[in-house]
Amino acid sequence: MSLTIKVGLASCGLAAGAGDVYNAIARYLKNNKLQAHLKQTACIGMCFAEPLMELSHSGKNTITYGRVLPEEVGSLIEAYQSGNPKTDNIILADEIPGSENDNLKNQIRIALRNCGIIDPESLEDYLDRNGYRALEKALRKMSREEVISEIKNSGLRGRGGAGFPTGLKWEFAYMSKDKKKYVVCNADEGDPGAFMDRSVLEGDPHSILEGMAICAYAIGSDEGYIYCRAEYPLAIKRLNIAIKQANDAGYLGRNIHGSIFSFRIHIKEGAGAFVCGEETALMASIEGQRGMPRIRPPFPAQSGLWGHPTNINNVETFANVSWIMLEGSGAYSRFGTEKSKGTKVFALAGKIKNSGLIEVPMGMTLRDVIYKVGNGMLTDKPFKGVQLGGPSGGCLPESLLDTPVDYDSINKTGAIMGSGGMVVMDSGTCMVDVARFFLDFTQKESCGKCTFCRIGTKRMLEILTRITRGEGELEDLDKLEELAVNVIKGSLCGLGQTAPNPVLTTLRYFREEYISHIVEKKCPAGVCKALIKYEIDPEKCVGCTVCTHKCPMACITGERKQIHKIDQEKCIKCGACYEACKFAAIIKS
Amino acid sequence: MLKNKNTIDEIISRFAGKKGSLIPLLQEIQNLEKYLSKETMRYLSEKTGIKLAQIYGVATFYTMFRLKPQGKHIIRVCKGTACHVSNADSILTAIRTSLKLTEEKDTTDNGLFTLMVVACLGCCSLSPVIMIDSNTHGKLTSEKVEQILKKYN
Ligand SMILES: Cc1cc2nc3c(=O)[nH]c(=O)nc-3n(C[C@H](O)[C@H](O)[C@H](O)COP(=O)(O)O)c2cc1C
Ligand code: FES
Repeated sequence: MSLTIKVGLASCGLAAGAGDVYNAIARYLKNNKLQAHLKQTACIGMCFAEPLMELSHSGKNTITYGRVLPEEVGSLIEAYQSGNPKTDNIILADEIPGSENDNLKNQIRIALRNCGIIDPESLEDYLDRNGYRALEKALRKMSREEVISEIKNSGLRGRGGAGFPTGLKWEFAYMSKDKKKYVVCNADEGDPGAFMDRSVLEGDPHSILEGMAICAYAIGSDEGYIYCRAEYPLAIKRLNIAIKQANDAGYLGRNIHGSIFSFRIHIKEGAGAFVCGEETALMASIEGQRGMPRIRPPFPAQSGLWGHPTNINNVETFANVSWIMLEGSGAYSRFGTEKSKGTKVFALAGKIKNSGLIEVPMGMTLRDVIYKVGNGMLTDKPFKGVQLGGPSGGCLPESLLDTPVDYDSINKTGAIMGSGGMVVMDSGTCMVDVARFFLDFTQKESCGKCTFCRIGTKRMLEILTRITRGEGELEDLDKLEELAVNVIKGSLCGLGQTAPNPVLTTLRYFREEYISHIVEKKCPAGVCKALIKYEIDPEKCVGCTVCTHKCPMACITGERKQIHKIDQEKCIKCGACYEACKFAAIIKS
Repeated sequence: MLKNKNTIDEIISRFAGKKGSLIPLLQEIQNLEKYLSKETMRYLSEKTGIKLAQIYGVATFYTMFRLKPQGKHIIRVCKGTACHVSNADSILTAIRTSLKLTEEKDTTDNGLFTLMVVACLGCCSLSPVIMIDSNTHGKLTSEKVEQILKKYN
């Protein structure tokens, strides 16, 4: 059997219809009695072209097709088999020039090494790619101290946002004296606009289990938890499958590899609270309480879950561990910059052509990430800003695109590296609205413990809302800055300490846009509803009545073949008519 | 009298003695009953000895827990960053219009749908995105949404 067909069945693929494509292939194979190996895999990161189908055959080039429709799978397979493959929608191909996606070439895939390649529900696939060999090596050949120094030497820093050196963190937990210790994997991924962790969990769950087990051996723990947000049902399902497989095969459980080391892992499903991504809140949530952060110290490494020493790392941090153990710390620290070693996964989204998941060496410039790897802007609208680090991060303008992506350079700009969400914005995005959007988010997600975070963010949101309504005053900008400084100072946890960042960076880099809203009462991007108006261009309107049916307020009047009119009193500025008009007769001003 | 008393008792006994089990316990009960009613929470407190205030505190802290009856299908509209910049608002308006839901109302009169707004479903590259029950739909337009809603009944 030499034809192999792989379909990406991660959440992104499924949302784009990959399930139907998979079924169509199965049907085609059955109806045509074709012998082939049909496999599922997860996300290879080229989400923009989902659904994806990879065809491979010994002696033939491997080809990945994108935007595959169920009704065309038969003809694609037939043409491929005949040696004369179709050339439309080729996303990846070894030797066919001009395939749409050269972006894999600019990437170094370590954390994502297996994503989109293996079947995440198959232990054999993982084992074939050196799976669980790092754990075996650690248990058979290395002392606990050696494991820790290997991770320390690699220079790996936590990928959950703060960038704390992972080896050092493990060492603290190792040094704590207690019979009971815990390893926790933070899979809460709360940053709206980021999906790195989801893809790893869905695409390579065993690598997380293996990373956690190595950590457990190093610090002396026998029990671990994965705290996964409930919005990721597929990730939870695949983690459960992987844990069962690993338990059955003896890679988890009692006396692993015949050693005295035992380790078991539980999954805890989150219940929808952004603040639970913060480590002390996360532990409170695992314990079954309201997820409220507490003062550190004591740090989790001294007193964590149920008062026992606990080591918490992010999903991506764990995904790097077994690679480092096998290839060596030197191989890892070869990539990256002096203080930020290795690679980083980014989730590219927003107005970018190749949106999806990428992994690049630290130190690549933002420009290269967006234009070389991400293939540039989605439409003709020009670049305006890129948002890094979600609600704790900031928006950077064109002039900062040559900033290298590493922890320290990004911090200097006022944004943060964060967990790796990168949302690209074009001239159709209003930066005041973006700042308001994030503050609305953090204000709702504030747990309410610190007054500055609870009320300060609310006051800031009120001011921003006022500005987007055209009711702002110039003094508001000073007030915003003053409040921002105080919210940062007066908050206990990272949520409040970073919540003002989106406001501060937009004020710093896009101040003129705030001023337009305040002085001229205009939203240059045409987003803020109170400042825009939809009208019908009598020259272009043909009286097709499409907009009258689309309008949710029924505020467009006009008979067929007669010029229509919008009742400005009733209009809620939803833009439905603007989208629906085929004659560009609706003017937004 | 609770409708699902026996099943609830069975769920409680499964978690008995396990530490930190309040949240998964509430999740399972919500999966069964679709929401957490006052009676259910009171019953839980009696059976498990966990204070009612703590149960209520947890139930109100986390957005997944719902304290009101829900529609048959749950629509989650993403308003995360990527979806926000891809005009998720117009999708929300389209859903509200098509289901005749006003700003204050989130469950349809016929009990078929409940509408929720969430921040990020992790499919940002396909924004704007919604999730109906556990099916995710991406690259939406107002028209597509209407077509999709028609498939559920
Ligand atoms: C409000 C808030 C939300 C956070 N959310 C996450 C998250 O979703 N995932 C994550 O890994 N870390 C998150 N963190 C960071 C964690 O507190 C912690 O630093 C991290 O899990 C440590 O892992 P690392 O050292 O591997 O990065 C968050 C922090 C704060 C303050
Ligand atoms: S922002 Fe909508 S799915 Fe992530």
